[in-house]
Amino acid sequence: MSESALLQQLSTYTHLVVSWIGDDGYPVQTPANFHIDGENLRIRRTGLVLPTDRTVNIIASHIRPQPGYGYDQRRYLSVWGTLAPEADGFIVNVQRHWGWDEEITPFPEYVERSNPQAKHYLDELSRERGVEIKPRLSAFWTFLLATRLPFLTATLVSILLGIAVAGYDGQFNLWFAFVTFVAGAAIHIGLNVANDVFDGLSGADEANFRPTQYSGGSRVIQRGIVPLSRMVAISATGYLVGSALGIYLVIETGSWELLALGLAGVFLSVFYTAPPLRLVHRGLGELTTALGFGPIMVLGAYAVQTGELAWEPFVASIPVAILIALILYVNEIPDRPGDAAVGKRTLPVRWSREAVTQAFLIAALAAFAVIVGGVIGGALPLPTLIALLAVPLVFQVYSGIQKFYNSPYELMATMGKNVQLHLVTGLLLFAGYLIAVAV
Amino acid sequence: MSWIPAPVTELLDKALVSELTVINYKGEPTTHPLIPLWDGELIYMTSAVLFSRKLEFIKQNPRVAVAITDPVACDSLPGRCSIRGDARIIEDDPHTTWEQVLPLWRAKEPAIDLFVSKRFAFPLFFERSIIEITPRKVTWWEDGRPESEPRAASTEEVSS
Repeated sequence: MSESALLQQLSTYTHLVVSWIGDDGYPVQTPANFHIDGENLRIRRTGLVLPTDRTVNIIASHIRPQPGYGYDQRRYLSVWGTLAPEADGFIVNVQRHWGWDEEITPFPEYVERSNPQAKHYLDELSRERGVEIKPRLSAFWTFLLATRLPFLTATLVSILLGIAVAGYDGQFNLWFAFVTFVAGAAIHIGLNVANDVFDGLSGADEANFRPTQYSGGSRVIQRGIVPLSRMVAISATGYLVGSALGIYLVIETGSWELLALGLAGVFLSVFYTAPPLRLVHRGLGELTTALGFGPIMVLGAYAVQTGELAWEPFVASIPVAILIALILYVNEIPDRPGDAAVGKRTLPVRWSREAVTQAFLIAALAAFAVIVGGVIGGALPLPTLIALLAVPLVFQVYSGIQKFYNSPYELMATMGKNVQLHLVTGLLLFAGYLIAVAV
Repeated sequence: MSWIPAPVTELLDKALVSELTVINYKGEPTTHPLIPLWDGELIYMTSAVLFSRKLEFIKQNPRVAVAITDPVACDSLPGRCSIRGDARIIEDDPHTTWEQVLPLWRAKEPAIDLFVSKRFAFPLFFERSIIEITPRKVTWWEDGRPESEPRAASTEEVSS
């Protein structure tokens, strides 16, 4: 901040406090009146004699009390310098300054920017005591955050849809359905955690100071809650469990198509962020996600039930593929600065605001056009048109992106709505198949 | 019963924000806005490890001062004060020890319960240390006018 900007900001405060180190070694403080005169900060004479032979610190702070709550509008400016006497006070020779205004740097961002200081302090405390002092969360919250468990709805929707299409074709095995879901969830957990591991190693998450509950990773590594090595172990366990169950299903069904789909799914999920491919860094994140959570997972669930592949589940998978890719796509919008900083060239990094916004609308509407086209073409049963009830959500998300493109925290509600768009559409498609089976 | 004059204890009771001045590694003052919590004898503040430079400074030099100067943050009390004292950091377990002063904190900022219930969202914000300040000397401006001569009292005067 330039000195004129500093003075401009200081002029918004009502009062300030001058402090210096007294001769007894204690800090001395006095409130002081001040005014900004041209390019100078002037302090009026105070009842306590202000020193001119040492550094003073001047702080201006502001809050707005909110009865029954506490306060808001937190901001402060702290200035170091020396005082030069003049007729009725002092001119401040500003040497340096520091401050925070939650209107400019929202509290969550301020916290993220301070992670290194927290780590430094806890490391020092650990060194002093000879035992590791680290931040703690309950096992429940740690697991939920580290694995980003709520995002498993993506797996749930795809597998339910694949099973529903198989059911429509007269095939259903409850045990296989259960194993399919556990295998898919395990791979999904492996993927989520691997994503954090590789984004942690590349520095993408560390460079992102504006994470939200939908974007910027789980933050458990950056916050020192789960060490990188444990995240690697969790990810590997997810992949091992998922792969073992997948092999079991291949053996039970004898479906080589299922083996091919499983291998493709694991390959895409690992190399989504893992070097050397790092597909998401090449602008292929959306395509990879669409393939993984769309055709691969829906066809995989279908193949487990029927032992073969078919066009109908492929068509049914396209809308959820597009909508899951759009979750990633919208979630990448607030991550743009951090991603760009480490060369993670996602589509929102590559494209203009207008292009990103319009591409969302076109892609989301295309998902519903596929449903209509699928019904007309006979690939989807008529009741799946019930999924069109989710169309209004498209426009709510579109409007939110337009309004809050550059405001990560305000965009959070839109990101949540976008997750709903995928979930609701997927579940309505599932419901459409159930209706079709029933009638 | 505290030796601190009533006009100052009233400010300590009411203030939603104060200015804590500590001494940095270069021997200069550095000031941070913090909520002052007052139990009738000692002043308490808490600091997240996220914003822990002040804690490092206090560990190196425990001499501090606390100013209460914003009438808006003091329920419109006109007075102003500054309290010099000695600080110590209490952080046996940064995860839980600070909760000792939660009742005092809650009294001034009821919303803290809401934030504590969502501590999973800001885990490092709730790894905290207590700054306990023993007052040694107070100066206060009853009329709140900085240009007037402040009154002063100290523990030495009381004990003598």
